[in-house]
Amino acid sequence: MAAPTLRWFCPGRRFAFARVGCGSCHRRGPPTGSTSNGKRGQSSVAQQPHITAQKPRKGECEWAAVVGLEIHAQIASNSKLFSGSQVRFAAPPNSLVSFFDASLPGTLPVLNRRCVEAAVMTGLALDCHINRKSLFDRKHYFYADLPAGYQITQQRLPIAVNGSLAYSVCVGRKPSQMVTRTVRVKQIQLEQDSGKSLQDDLRSQTLIDLNRAGIGLLEVVLEPDMSCGEEAATAVRELQLILQALGTSQANMAEGQLRVDANISVHRPGEPLGIRTEVKNLNSARFLAKAIDYEIQRQINELENGGEILNETRSFDYKLGCTVPMRDKEGKQDYRFMPEPNLPPLLLYDSGSLPSGADPQQVIDVDQLRAQLPELPRVTRERLVREYGMLPQHSCALLNEVGLLEFFQNVIKETRAEPKKVTSWVLNTFLGFLKQQNLAVSESPVTPSALAELLDLLDRKAISSSAAKQVFEELWRNEGKTPAQIVAEKKLELLQDPEALERLCSSTLEAHPDVVMDLKKGNPRAINKLIGLVRKATLGRADPTAIKEVLERQLSS
Amino acid sequence: MLGRTLREVSAALKQGQVTPTELCQRCLSLIRKTKFLNAYITVSEEVALKQAEESEKRYKKGHSLGDLDGIPVAVKDNFSTSGIETTCASNMLKGYVPPYNATVVQKLLDQGALLMGKTNLDEFAMGSGSTDGIFGPVKNPWSYSKQYREKRKQNSHSENEDSNWLITGGSSGGSAAAVSAFTCFAALGSDTGGSTRNPAAHCGVVGLKPSYGLVSRHGLIPLVNSMDVPGILTRCVDDAATVLGILAGHDPKDSTTIQDPVKPFTLPSLTDVSKLCIGIPKEYLTPELSSEVQSLWSRAANLFESEGAKVIEVSLPHTSYSIMCYHVLCTSEVASNMARFDGLEYGHRCDNDVSTEAMYAATRREGFNDVVRGRILSGNFFLLRENYENYFVKAQKVRRLIANDFVNVFNSGVDVLLTPTTLSEAVPYTEFIKEDNRTRSAQDDIFTQAVNMAGLPAVSVPMALSSQGLPIGLQFIGRAFCDQQLLTVAKWFEKQVQFPVIQLQELMDDCSSVFENEKLASVSVK
Repeated sequence: MAAPTLRWFCPGRRFAFARVGCGSCHRRGPPTGSTSNGKRGQSSVAQQPHITAQKPRKGECEWAAVVGLEIHAQIASNSKLFSGSQVRFAAPPNSLVSFFDASLPGTLPVLNRRCVEAAVMTGLALDCHINRKSLFDRKHYFYADLPAGYQITQQRLPIAVNGSLAYSVCVGRKPSQMVTRTVRVKQIQLEQDSGKSLQDDLRSQTLIDLNRAGIGLLEVVLEPDMSCGEEAATAVRELQLILQALGTSQANMAEGQLRVDANISVHRPGEPLGIRTEVKNLNSARFLAKAIDYEIQRQINELENGGEILNETRSFDYKLGCTVPMRDKEGKQDYRFMPEPNLPPLLLYDSGSLPSGADPQQVIDVDQLRAQLPELPRVTRERLVREYGMLPQHSCALLNEVGLLEFFQNVIKETRAEPKKVTSWVLNTFLGFLKQQNLAVSESPVTPSALAELLDLLDRKAISSSAAKQVFEELWRNEGKTPAQIVAEKKLELLQDPEALERLCSSTLEAHPDVVMDLKKGNPRAINKLIGLVRKATLGRADPTAIKEVLERQLSS
Repeated sequence: MLGRTLREVSAALKQGQVTPTELCQRCLSLIRKTKFLNAYITVSEEVALKQAEESEKRYKKGHSLGDLDGIPVAVKDNFSTSGIETTCASNMLKGYVPPYNATVVQKLLDQGALLMGKTNLDEFAMGSGSTDGIFGPVKNPWSYSKQYREKRKQNSHSENEDSNWLITGGSSGGSAAAVSAFTCFAALGSDTGGSTRNPAAHCGVVGLKPSYGLVSRHGLIPLVNSMDVPGILTRCVDDAATVLGILAGHDPKDSTTIQDPVKPFTLPSLTDVSKLCIGIPKEYLTPELSSEVQSLWSRAANLFESEGAKVIEVSLPHTSYSIMCYHVLCTSEVASNMARFDGLEYGHRCDNDVSTEAMYAATRREGFNDVVRGRILSGNFFLLRENYENYFVKAQKVRRLIANDFVNVFNSGVDVLLTPTTLSEAVPYTEFIKEDNRTRSAQDDIFTQAVNMAGLPAVSVPMALSSQGLPIGLQFIGRAFCDQQLLTVAKWFEKQVQFPVIQLQELMDDCSSVFENEKLASVSVK
């Protein structure tokens, strides 16, 4: 396999950053497949959207790329899918391993109710059909971090099928030009996570950590309805938000709670889909888009140079920015699927089918879970736009940062300031400070109450907006002072005494007859100079509009 | 004392005729005397004596835990026992000491039972002779019985007696031999295709395979998860019922156990069988069936009929497909279940450390015998993508047909089926090993294994001695979860046939104190 690796590797590097360009994503072909598959009558979804390489050379036809995703989300639960071991990130190696997780002979799986509920809730949030009966299967392969020699998954009859995921992407240059796209959700299945292998090259040994082995995963399979890295990354981002809103997964990519495999192929529009490759283990949104776009371009280049695409598994080398074949995944694996004999079929009920007298601990009522679903991100965004007159992109921005929406809503609750003002302060000033110092919302030194108080001062014109910025900076330094205290200490409050302002204005006019003369000669900018002079005299504590009013009255009298 | 039944000895303990420690020591001494039977892989002497001491304290305080308190029991070496080596008679698990108890073991201990040791079996319970484990074959105690030896003298066999010992059947041969030789009062076996009933029949003891889902499999090292059931071996039907009453019930650690609560029960003594309907499946009359077993089978049917029961011929039309179907399903699950033995977490690991793959291969080659490796190979073949539909799925469909055969028969009004347990009495080891494990298993499971496909309860009850002086058992099969009804019928039958007690005096000559209860030990056939 060395030869093909090299062959792809070299052009790969050359074209590594050749953008397939989502600028062209919206230039889609007719939505060929959407009629037959538009079961829920959703907005036009292109089944096989095509994109063009950004700079087609002469005589080159367009290529269409097709991207499908398999997403593994670790379920947020106290214990593992089939055992009582705790689930915790970054615990000492092999400290969270039950006899079952280590596959001691004679141990049996016992299904975790919480994981089933998480799967049902996720399925409902993605508009899936929830199978009232689903089955577990064994998928066999030998691997050091798979102690039983098989993974328990749901190959034949998964818990949820036929859903959809809507996400918004920008189509033009303006951020406000957003359109909603939909990708079909093929299925959601419950399965076990594997352990981790750590290669100790020095002593040439492999070390195994089974803490992760047996944690519940939701495998969400997205149909190949996407056509470029950005679409895929946006869809994943939306799924991440949904999982977080549901609380079914923390979905933190950096901690491996959300892992993405992408199936990618290219073809000429109108022709059958091309042979696909699978790019595995894309563990950050940034690399996800990059890897997909790289792989699309690589396939196009390969085909245009007369090569062929192999149905193979590749990984993304984030240092080199290219995909490379995975050596240990060479050769076809036959997983020898078999029903898991130790788990009876998983039965779910709804209010109509709930067996009377059933132990509530032993049954799961889908309708009850449906009623408990929290507001989903899409609905939240629509509500924000409706309630606060916010721009759609601002509603997106509020949801994109963990905890930011809650922060915003807490500020709104406590302040009289206009929602637009709050939005602008939260998204520009507050978020700007966070980003600058690389902090999470939860780590912010400024509390929602402090910001609310500050905005109140601004709202009742007690301080100017430039003074408000100053106060905010003080608050950020976190010396435990309230905005009012800071305003008082720094003498930042606006001049509220009209007589004092009158006096300052008239003395300024008297002291600068030349400017007054200039003004009277008809120079319109002279008034600004006078306003500036008065502001200086007030130490910046007067509202320029008020100053202008007084000056104009005094000049005309 | 050791020749008594569990119930009798339990009563003796309660009355203070014997203490748990005395009982334990007598059993231990007998285990030593009968070491040549190879019934035990591990004798947990220290554990048993400690448990006996605890039990004795309870009896002294009058706080006995129940019928099993102070009773010596043995457990097949494929049940996990905390702190006691559990080998499955395989190199793969030699030296493996589980950190937990199987649920059934825990339940026995919670009742105060004394764990005498872990009994021998075919490697990973794959076999029907208890001849294919790394610790060597188990010898049938009846080989040394007065009954058998006298018949052999009459038939003037001149061969060397010692080399002509009989197999116990299997794979729970160690447990059957342990109960038969009076080294314990009850033993756990496992039953996947007949592994409890077959050796019970050959060793002249009662062998119960409960309904699938009635008794927890947690801690039982699996052969075929969808068919495995912990089995119970005792000297009489009442004892089996006592043990079942303790073991049965939902286990949160085994999702395939039934949720309904189960209580310990006492079997009624049936006096009237006129309301019973006994089914005789015609497909079980196979050419391979020995004439002796066949005639005992008819006698049993006649017995029921003469006492007023309705005895009818019934048909289980898919019986002949059962063995092939079992082969596919069993090997497939075996291939899957054995995948965990890779030498990483526990068990045998080879010295080869060239690569992980090379380590796996060598570990598994060294750890498993030919029988296990053969089944893994077949199973993986059946599970291959291109074969799955043609083999595994078809076998599952046939399994459903076999299960439906039983449902139809029971729906037609039959209460219990009466069949042979084995084709013939136990054969000499030298005879047995002329055929390979696979052929033997296919032959020997013929009457027992369809029951596992259907998850039904079945019990083998010893009926009489063959012309050679060897035990022959018959099998009763009941409706799913009607284990109690099944045992009630079996108890009635047991009472009618008065199966003789094994006479091991010659064997025990030098430990006569063990058999002070000569009367009980020499009750003869009526």
